[in-house]
Amino acid sequence: MMRRIPVLQQMFIGAGCVVLLSVICYLFRPYMDYRVVALILLLVVSLLAVLFDILPVLVSAVLSALILNVFFIEPVLHYKINSAESALLFFIYMLVALVNAVLTNRLRKQEARVRDKEEKEKTIQLYNTLLSSLSHELKTPIATIIGAVDTLQEAGDRITAEQKSELFTAIDIAGSRLNKQVENLLNMSRLETGTLALKKDWCDVNELIFRVMGSVPDCDDHRVLFDPDEKVPLFKIDEGLMEIVLYGIVANAIRYTPPGSEVRIQVGFDDDQLHITISDNGKGIPEEEKQKVFDKFYRMPDSGTGGTGLGLSIARGIVEAHGGQIGLSDSAAGGAEFSLTLPAEVSYLKNLKNE
Amino acid sequence: MNKPNVLIIDDEPQIRKLLEINLSTHGYQTRQAATGKEGLMLAANHIPDVILLDLGLPDISGHEVLRQLREWYPKAIVVLSVEKGEEDIIRALDNGANDYLSKPFRVGELMARLRSAIRNNDSGEAQPVITAGELEIDLAGRVVKNQGEVLKLTTTEYNLLALLARNEGRVLTHQFLLKEVWGVGYQTETQYLRVFVAQLRKKIEQDANHPRHLITVSGVGYRFE
Repeated sequence: MMRRIPVLQQMFIGAGCVVLLSVICYLFRPYMDYRVVALILLLVVSLLAVLFDILPVLVSAVLSALILNVFFIEPVLHYKINSAESALLFFIYMLVALVNAVLTNRLRKQEARVRDKEEKEKTIQLYNTLLSSLSHELKTPIATIIGAVDTLQEAGDRITAEQKSELFTAIDIAGSRLNKQVENLLNMSRLETGTLALKKDWCDVNELIFRVMGSVPDCDDHRVLFDPDEKVPLFKIDEGLMEIVLYGIVANAIRYTPPGSEVRIQVGFDDDQLHITISDNGKGIPEEEKQKVFDKFYRMPDSGTGGTGLGLSIARGIVEAHGGQIGLSDSAAGGAEFSLTLPAEVSYLKNLKNE
Repeated sequence: MNKPNVLIIDDEPQIRKLLEINLSTHGYQTRQAATGKEGLMLAANHIPDVILLDLGLPDISGHEVLRQLREWYPKAIVVLSVEKGEEDIIRALDNGANDYLSKPFRVGELMARLRSAIRNNDSGEAQPVITAGELEIDLAGRVVKNQGEVLKLTTTEYNLLALLARNEGRVLTHQFLLKEVWGVGYQTETQYLRVFVAQLRKKIEQDANHPRHLITVSGVGYRFE
């Protein structure tokens, strides 16, 4: 965190601390020996060494030594030093301050190296997870398509019309699945690289939710319920991206709850915040999984095939890009409940009856 | 009636093949170009009824081809784009494309877009009455009926509906709608559009929550069907 402060600013802060402490010590000079002041200044320089870069610390160290010499070591207000003891103290002070600065700096560099290495290892691990997840999730539908086409070409009249139509359906589903996966990956990489720019515009949230409900696949054995609130104002959000978020959560709820389950969407709002909750009456998500479900490529232990483990992490990325939050808790019905909070500009124009 | 003539400008041979097969089995004649330059040449020599133009071409960008075509070509251009990038689509629509399809698309969707593009070619002078399901819009009399019953629409509601209906099947961008209905200077006031579309839907749709006439094209605009 501290690294983000520019060096020049660090320089001023460091010098400021030294000067401030010196002034305080100077006021208490009648009650304090200059050796005590030396220790106090050394402490300040050591603390600075922990927080700041090497150059500002060295500057603070030299500055504090000069201040010690001129203002505290007899004769005061003169750079000369009278006694041999004071001279020794001054030089030792200088030396300790500098060594302290250099050593601490070296230590921090070492730490950074270790951290870098750990991060690299983590990235490699993530890549491996990505590759294994991808090769499976992409190759399965590709295998289906190639296999089905081969069968249709080779088998000719030996397969029934019904079997043919089944193969065509399989190709169709595999194609759609590939398309969805690629879309997910594109969105993920856009979120990661920060190239996903929000295009905020006024959004009729009720309409958005009905559209999401209309696009979720195999709703037949699930019931998706939504009771629109006519009073919800227009919110300025990126509608296309929020559609991806809601679609991801609702599709997930449908996929991971048994047939016949209910998925309930609710919308609420206060001054400048939009709240959306999506709850189901499935078997819920265990406490220890709740945090992990938003992680990239994380799949629940018993989640079976299909899905890249990207949907929810994309959802979180998009919500956070809006400055909002996404959370997971237990629903009243014992299932999972995702709640989104989005801070956004509001327009109550909707409630005006005009023209 | 003559077979409508479609010019396909797309650099992907598989996509061209797919389009050609589908179009010929649906009674269209096709010509194909793999590059922008070839496409511009074929368009000038044969003047097709509809042009299917891919935005990602190898030689000149599809947007440039669109711009050059629009200098003289008056008929329908349907743009194909591989991504759902809204900016690309809005840019093409605002630069004179009649409609767009994002790849991958369904054959049914392709045919619907082509049909409406050709219909727009023919209806140079506006039809006096447009019907869509139970809905009847009498442009001459400025009367809208739903299931035979006259609807009470405000002037703005009527103007918006009439504009969309006259361009049936075609996406009109937010900007275009705002400029045409509210006037220059209102192009960014999309909140008006949201409000009036919601109001209109309550009046003309059977179920305003599942609209069948006023279709939202997310991030781009609206389409009347």
